[in-house]
Amino acid sequence: MRILLKGGRVLDPATGLDQVADLLINNSQIEAIGANLPETDVDRVVRLNPNLWVTPGLVDIHVHFREPGQVHKETLATGAKAAVAGGFTSVCLMPNTQPTIDDLPSLEYLNLLARQQRPVNLYPVAAITKNIAGETLTEFGILQAHGAVAFTDDGHGLANSVRMRRALELVRPLGVPIICHAEDPNLSCDGCMNEGLTATLLGLPGIPNEAESVMIARDIQLVRRTGGRVHFTHVSCKESVDLIRQAKAEGLPVTMDVTPHHLTLTDRAVADMGYDTNLKMNPPLRSEADRQALIAALQDGTIDAIATDHAPHTPDDKSVTFDVAPCGVIGLETALGVILTHFYQTGLLSPLEIIRRMSTEPARLMQLPAGTLAVGAAADVTVIDPSADWLVMPELFESKSRNCPFNGHMLKGKATMVFASGQCLLGADRMQPSDPASAPLLTSPMPA
Amino acid sequence: MAAATAPPVPFTWTRHHVIDSASLSRYEIEEILKTARTFSEILARPVKKVPTLRGKVVVNMFYENSTRTRTSFELAGKYLSADTLNFGVSTSSVKKGESLQDTMETLLAMGTDAVVIRHGSSGICQQLAHLLGNRVCILNAGDGYHDHPSQGLLDLYTMLQHMPGETGVAGKKIAIVGDIAHSRVARSNIHVLSTMGADVHVVGPATLLPAGVEQLPCTVHYRLEDALRDADLVMCLRIQLERQKTGLMPSMDEYIRFFQVNRERLNAWCRPEVHIMHPGPMNRNIELSSDLADDPQRSLIVQQVANGVAIRMALLYLVLGAQANDSSDPLFQEVKGERPHAHSA
Repeated sequence: MRILLKGGRVLDPATGLDQVADLLINNSQIEAIGANLPETDVDRVVRLNPNLWVTPGLVDIHVHFREPGQVHKETLATGAKAAVAGGFTSVCLMPNTQPTIDDLPSLEYLNLLARQQRPVNLYPVAAITKNIAGETLTEFGILQAHGAVAFTDDGHGLANSVRMRRALELVRPLGVPIICHAEDPNLSCDGCMNEGLTATLLGLPGIPNEAESVMIARDIQLVRRTGGRVHFTHVSCKESVDLIRQAKAEGLPVTMDVTPHHLTLTDRAVADMGYDTNLKMNPPLRSEADRQALIAALQDGTIDAIATDHAPHTPDDKSVTFDVAPCGVIGLETALGVILTHFYQTGLLSPLEIIRRMSTEPARLMQLPAGTLAVGAAADVTVIDPSADWLVMPELFESKSRNCPFNGHMLKGKATMVFASGQCLLGADRMQPSDPASAPLLTSPMPA
Repeated sequence: MAAATAPPVPFTWTRHHVIDSASLSRYEIEEILKTARTFSEILARPVKKVPTLRGKVVVNMFYENSTRTRTSFELAGKYLSADTLNFGVSTSSVKKGESLQDTMETLLAMGTDAVVIRHGSSGICQQLAHLLGNRVCILNAGDGYHDHPSQGLLDLYTMLQHMPGETGVAGKKIAIVGDIAHSRVARSNIHVLSTMGADVHVVGPATLLPAGVEQLPCTVHYRLEDALRDADLVMCLRIQLERQKTGLMPSMDEYIRFFQVNRERLNAWCRPEVHIMHPGPMNRNIELSSDLADDPQRSLIVQQVANGVAIRMALLYLVLGAQANDSSDPLFQEVKGERPHAHSA
């Protein structure tokens, strides 16, 4: 099957390409990119408006798909559908499932389940410590050999400094990162939102910025000592960004991502929305000064990647008081729209820089075969309409959960077609056969 | 006091819920006080009951232990002839994280007109109001550290009885002493008193002052003397024993040494006519010396409790009146009194 995407604005941050061109997919690979590619021997021709972007499939290195163990919140199948609906073709699965992905049997079971979601690429991340309890280290070498692309105790900070040191020493020769959820549990204590005036007015216990930044300071020093790679995930505040910027300038192997919600919302939203538990996550939404620091860091390149921390919880889980509600929000189906609305439409970031942070860089950080439109690369391709206006209605989401902090927001920009390994998973109805009488229509191979 | 804007004339109460003190306008507060004065007169009669809320159902849902607030709301409802019942949820049986949906269904199924909620979780009243809309009136009787509007209002009402004249609390120095961070009473008083023009000062151990307190409408102090100097009124807050256990203060002795309000300190720093208040329950000789608490010349603690009933009658009357569309209901006009056609019914 050869599919020709004709006339779109082709964006490939890996090569710096940004021009109107044709892109030819041959089965699972990209065969060619160029002007006026011939339409002969092509099964499908998709004629694109030159305002539509043709980009490498988006990559999210931080998602929770809740399987195994909590399939009422999400499954690999519904998570994969949500990913595709948002323009993503590759995601990294956090290991805090039930059971935790912390040994070979649990990892192999997850691999078995994940293979069924192909051509969407689900990459497992394994735990740093057994049961994410912060004590016994997992078998990094064995787990990496069986597909773990990184290690993390996400959801909890690794409080024990010597465990962190040993983990970094052990992953260094493997070349994979420790994904660090930076949190000092003593400083965050019983907090459930950002510490500050809003929390005080709402009568909710606060989490200070330092609950995050002191651990980032510690881990940077351990990176300097050990040479192990650390990737700081869902970084939320100014102090943290400043430390990471400094560490990068020093040449240390540290990288970071931020979430769309930390880039666009602040703790004020908790007051404005009357204690809406869909605004509760960890780390919490921070102050406007922190948000501005994140935006500056995104622009100056300190922030390597945007990741959603897609964390599904059912309405029942969230329909409790704010203090006891579980942390986390879903993000796969809104990430692109939110980033385009707040960073492309406002001129803060160029299209190429946005796709770099949402595809090329995250793929590079986790060493995934994704994030580029190079000839011969896997045909993971997303077509984006940057001027499509749409209203966020979580009840229409592919995700099993509805805990979306952008409920009711008007966004501009969304994915309109998604190909994974050359298979059209989104927007198949827009495919025009070059010869209407020829081969059967492409349909989504996603299981129901 | 020169008001920035004139009240809507005639002022009409439209609020179905009383959930947070910060959003109460000066006019709403004055309406509550005026209504409470009418009920204080009724409470002084030999027969205290009026038929105003006959046929209305008021449910007290107390998820936290409370003596004075619960009984105060219960009496307020009974004096107004409402059917009041206590949806007793003992602290031991409360399962943390009960679904708000379930709580809502329970309330609606009981045909409740007004619900009085005391809960350990900040924000529960706002969340329920969001789910219920105007189908039931919600009165916040204390939610977490967030707010306790009827307490702030009864404190203001009590202060005004001792601050006669046109200006009331305006310009008066009122010092709130103790655990500001974990106190819904402090928050409620800061909002209500500052709305009415009082000069509010707070003081306590640095660990018990909340983040951003300097941005609240009050002056922050770290030394008791600075807060008490020339104060017209001193309000002590209850110090919880667990603050010591969680490391927020080294010991009760240390607290007493620096923050206890006692006669020597009062005489040394405050204005001669100063009064003392405490929302209760009191730790005698910890935040407040026992002799001061019992001194009828100084202490307004007993009046606070008595005034609580009148304030809560006013709140029930106003929110249920808004619900019943008071202009068409003669029962509501009867008590209002000042309306020209009040006795036509």
